[in-house]
Parts: sequence; structure tokens; C-alpha cells
Amino acid sequence: MRVLVAMSGGVDSSVAAALLAEAGHEVVGATLKLWGGSSDSGCCSVADVDDARRVAQQLGIAHHVFDLTDDFAAAVVEPYVAAHAAGRTPNPCIECNRHIKFARLLDRARRLGFDKLATGHHARVEPAARRAPSGARNRRPDAAALQLLRGVDGAKDQSYVLSMLGQDQLARLALPVGALTKAEVRARAARLGLRTAGKPDSQDVCFIRRDEGRRGFLAGRLELHPAEVVDLRSGRLVGSVPEAELVTVGQRRGVGHGPDGRRRYVVAVDVRRRRVTVAGPEDAVVRRVALAPGSVTWVGAPLPLGARALAQVSAHGRAAPCTVAVRRGEAAVEFDEPQRPVAPGQTVALYDPSDPDAVLGAGVAA
Amino acid sequence: MTATRLAYLDHAASSPLRPEVAEAMAPYGDDWFGNPSGSHRLARRARLALEEAREAVAASVGAPPEGVVFTSGGTEADNLAVLGTLAARLDHGLPHGVVVCSAVEHAAVLEACGAAARGSARVFGAACAEVREAPVDADGAVDLEALAGLLGPEVALVSVMTANNEVGTIQPVAAVAELVRRAAPGAVVHTDAVQAATYLDLPEATAGADLVSVSAHKLGGPKGSGALVARREVPIAPLVFGGGQERGRRSGTQNVSGAVGLAAALESAARCRQADAERVASLRGELADGLLARVPGTVESVDRARTLPGHCHLRFAGVEQEELLVLLDDLGVCASGGAACASGALKASHVLSAMGVGPADARSAVRFTLGYTTTEADVAHALAAVPAAVAQLRG
Repeated sequence: MRVLVAMSGGVDSSVAAALLAEAGHEVVGATLKLWGGSSDSGCCSVADVDDARRVAQQLGIAHHVFDLTDDFAAAVVEPYVAAHAAGRTPNPCIECNRHIKFARLLDRARRLGFDKLATGHHARVEPAARRAPSGARNRRPDAAALQLLRGVDGAKDQSYVLSMLGQDQLARLALPVGALTKAEVRARAARLGLRTAGKPDSQDVCFIRRDEGRRGFLAGRLELHPAEVVDLRSGRLVGSVPEAELVTVGQRRGVGHGPDGRRRYVVAVDVRRRRVTVAGPEDAVVRRVALAPGSVTWVGAPLPLGARALAQVSAHGRAAPCTVAVRRGEAAVEFDEPQRPVAPGQTVALYDPSDPDAVLGAGVAA
Repeated sequence: MTATRLAYLDHAASSPLRPEVAEAMAPYGDDWFGNPSGSHRLARRARLALEEAREAVAASVGAPPEGVVFTSGGTEADNLAVLGTLAARLDHGLPHGVVVCSAVEHAAVLEACGAAARGSARVFGAACAEVREAPVDADGAVDLEALAGLLGPEVALVSVMTANNEVGTIQPVAAVAELVRRAAPGAVVHTDAVQAATYLDLPEATAGADLVSVSAHKLGGPKGSGALVARREVPIAPLVFGGGQERGRRSGTQNVSGAVGLAAALESAARCRQADAERVASLRGELADGLLARVPGTVESVDRARTLPGHCHLRFAGVEQEELLVLLDDLGVCASGGAACASGALKASHVLSAMGVGPADARSAVRFTLGYTTTEADVAHALAAVPAAVAQLRG
């Protein structure tokens, strides 16, 4: 099999390439240059390209650098800025996966004659039949040939950021490190003498420099406005924030405590009216999260109305039981138990209650 | 990878070492290793080689030997030309001058000018008041009328390359120098002749320029060796400080074998020039015509009559250069998309943009550059591989 491995210069994709090469596949590495700015973190710096190239040399595989900065700016960075301007909280890693890695790069891999694209994500792609537990309630054997599963290392699982993938993409995707724990990945890299073995995990948004931060990045690209902070229950003005665009629904930091001394949560951000609404813990809850029209995707066949699922609303959040509903033409998840509010723009990943490792689909909170 | 045959068509990036150059250099890495600044016999032997190389380089450019400053290559020569002359002006108490360059200069010139304008070259005492870029026509040749409009007594330096590295267009350097003499008589005229030196007679092609940059490895010489050659006495402040070698203009023990290699490569290129130029131009014609005929939607970026004989710059409609280059690499055809940046990614070409080529078109461009080792078989291989690769990408 000919495999193109997306090598970020990190340890996971280094080991992904190594595993595929060891298995006897014809492996070629590619590092994406995604951002022209002087970001010092994540997947965009010359140092990371150097690391990826050196690992490829050590593994004896060819390596290319693809400059997708224009696509990345248009599909990820500009929407990121626009979403903040509108008071939403986007997840740029997911949008990069959706538009760049598993669209643009996957198409490129196909045109170049590769059978598969591999990445270093901690998740697994497996034939559905092999895992179907008997008597599973939601199991529809004809629904999907392939399943997307959580990585075996629960703490490092990245299935959330892949939850928007469908069968066409999964069929051309290989995730070799999903079957290993992070410790096993590092041990393997060390054994192979790869220079990325001890490299820290990337944490931040790759196009934002650590020293400028999100505030510095956005301040140069859009106008930030102060806003009043209003209490949900009393409607009273309780404070102010310097930049409404930087406030996220669900956030506690920077919005003070209530008169009772308890912490408050942001429950709504209205940039246009320059208003941030906060509430105490008992009011800052939702049962229902609407999904943006057209944002819902399914790994296999669409879930029927009223189907049960587990919904996860952040990369490392806990998946909570819910029901998938459609009301007035709008898809939504209805949680069994009240949840903290979900910021508009965040991805809601749905997992299978009878097989909690299996991703069913995803949508974006409206 | 799977390729059994290799067609090297990237001579503008680097040309293989000529055997006679390797032979000329060999003793100076070996028996005659002395430091040319020393006084004993081995030092004197190295010094002799260095000065003979200096004379040969000077002669090939048409300049006095003392005008030659050996450098680590074309980039350093360009930097020294730009920043060294600007720094010398300030050293002499002259006001910040204006720099004029063409919009299609090599990054070594553009970035040096940018550093001087931003003030980030202050560490060398180099700064300028402003950088003015002269536009080019659709073939990439500098627009002389527009250039004339940018000149004036405030101009300190004018830099226009002898021939462009990406598309190969030959620039009217002598005419530029003429304009400068009339409208900005105090200005220094610099030309980057790194690409041109293989095929053009430098005294003629760079006539009127005060400073000329050359690089050995584009000529079939070694990497890491070049020179800035001054035709007349132009004040140049150093960018590298130390023992005062190269008349104080570039400190550091000279790369003797590199200098010998540069001289030998210039001589060798000059000796073969006419025959090579004709042979390479004919192969280039076969390649370009062949691809234009075999691959629908192919456009030749520049009028062949205006370029160096080895450049074949084509655009394949609807194809991305990054993908085409990967497939060509698989098939054993070494070509490039233009200039590469430090990460190895292809940069959007400022040359094509200056020529009025849109971004999508620019991303479909591939530069094939032929050279002294290119054969009929290389062209035949490319004529088979490129249409197959384009067809695969177009699906």
C-alpha cells in the first residue's frame, strides 16, 4: 500500500510514519505549511518542518513540504476571526481537519496515487462488523462499513477532532498510533532514536504565537469592544468586560462572583448589543443544544429521530447521555441531565451509548 | 523512488561540479592547505592561488583584480552590495539614500533592501530612506520608462539583475546604467549576475554596472563560493568584521579552494559558452515545443527569445505545481517551482505576480532549467514523464 503520512514534526506522526514503514508499506511524508505568520508553536514553524524532515530521513522515506497557507487562511483563520467577531467560539483544529487535512490533503493524496492518508491522531478506524457487540440497541449493521473509535489511550483520545469524518474519508485514512498509548508512542520513538521522542505535545492554536495570545492575535484583525455584564436572573448590571469578542459561553474567569460570593458562568454573549449575560451555577445550565443547520455529519447512516447518544462538547470533556431530536427543522441534542452551556461554534461529537468508543457523528452548536 | 532514469532539469538551482573545476580545486583542500594570510611557503602558495583566482574572476567580469571581494556565495555578495554601499554612505556622513530595484530581484537583494528600509540592518550601520520597486513587463523585463521615473539625485543604489532566476528573462542592464548615469549620477549600479554568468558574456551583459554578484555553484563550481566584483572604486563597508581580509571588506580566512573553483568555473563556462548556449537552447526548444504540443493547456511564461538559453518556464492549467513536482520526482525528473523558502515549501512567486500572472496560474508553474550536462535523453525522458504526470493529476 502507498501511504502519505501527514507529519507535523511531533512524536505521534513520527511514530505513525515509522509503524507504516515497518509494516512494509511504501511511505512518503508530507508536512503542511499552513501559516505564513511568525507563529512559534504548533505545526507551522520551520523548526517543526525540520523535525519532520529529519525523522523522514531517519526512516529512509521521501518527504515533501506542501504550502497550503492560502487555503488555511481562507478556510480556517478568516472564519476563526469572523466567528469571534460574532461572539462565537470556533474550534480551528476541527475546521483545519474538515477543510484542509481531510479534504484538501486527502484529495491531493488521491491525485498523487496514494492509497491512504495517515496522521498521528489518537483514534482508530476499524471495520464495523469486527467490533459490533451483540444485542447493541443502536447497532445497524448495514449502516457503516467502517467505524471511527476513540484512541486506546483515553487521556490522549482525539476522536473528538475527527468526529466530522464520513465513510469516504475513513476509507482512505490510516491512524496507526490510535492503538497505542502515548507512553508506548514515546517509547517507540525513543527506541528508533527519533529526535521527536521527547517533544512536548502541542497545546495551543497553531497560528497564534504564545507571546501574542488569542487577544493579541484577534486585536490585530478585528475591532474589540467592551461590553456590560448583566445577571441573568435579576437583569441587573453587575460589571463589564474589556472585549466582548474574547468572552466564551461557559467561561467563569473574568466575570466575577455573584452577591452570594459564588462563581458565575457566562451564559450568553451578544457582541452586537455589547452584552455578556452571566448566571450562578444553578441557572447556568442547558438541557438542549441546537446544532447549526447543515453542520451535522454522520460516520455511518444518520441516526433516527429520538435515537440515544452520548454527546461530548469539548476535546477532553465527558460524554453525557442525550437524545437526538429535530424540532422545527432544527437538529438538536437533548441531554438527560442539565449541562453547562455550550458555546456557539463548538463541535458536539456524538458517541454510541452501546459502544462508547464509537463516534456516530457530529454537529456544531448553533 | 521507482524511477530508473534521472533527468536533472534544475540547473538554475545548482549545476553539477565540472570535472576540470574539481581538478583545479583539489590541491587547495589537500597539499596546499595553508592560510593565505600567513608568511611561510605553504601560506604563500595558497596566496598565489587566491590572487590568480582573483585576477581570473576580475577578467571574466571585466574589472580590476582589487575590485573582487570573495564571499560565501551570491546571497552574501548581494547583501554586501546593498548593505555595504548603504553603510559606507552613512560612514561618510552622507544622508540616507533611496534604493531602486526591479520587482523581480532575487530575495537576497529584496530582503537586504527591506532590512535597510526597516532599520533592521542597523547593526551593520546600513539604512536607507526608501525602497522603490521598478515594475516589469509581462515577460519579466524591467520597464525602463517606469524605472526612469523612480530615479533622482536622492537615489543611492540601483539594483537590477542581469537575468532572472525564475523565468530566465535577460534584463537591459546597460540601458539601466545609462539612465542612472543621467538621472542619478551619484548612485551605485549593482547587478546580480548569478544566473547570467553561465551563458552571457559578463563585460557586455553587465556593461555600466559598478558592482556585479557571481556565484560558483550555478556555473558548475562549488557551493559556498561567490564574489562581489567592483568595476570602479565603490565605497563598501564590511558586513563581516575580523582580520581585515579582502581589503577590509570581508574578514575571515579566504576559502581558497572555493575561490579557485569560482575562477575555474567562470573560465570553463566562458570557454564552452557559445557551443553550450546553442546546444542548450536547442534542447530547451525541443522540451518546450514538445510539452506545448503534448500537454493541452500549457502556456510558456516568457518569450523564449528574451531568456537565458536553459530556462523553460511553463504553466499547466489546472495543475498544482506542488503535486506535479512530487510526481515528476517519482518519475525521475528533477525540476522546481521557482524559489524555495527555508522550510522547503514553495513560495508564491513574487516574479510571476510582478509579471501580472494571477495566483492560481502562478501555482501551476514549473521551471525546467537545462545546463551543460543536459542531453537529448534527458529531454526525451521529460517529454514522456510530464504529460503522464499532468494526465494523472487532471484525472
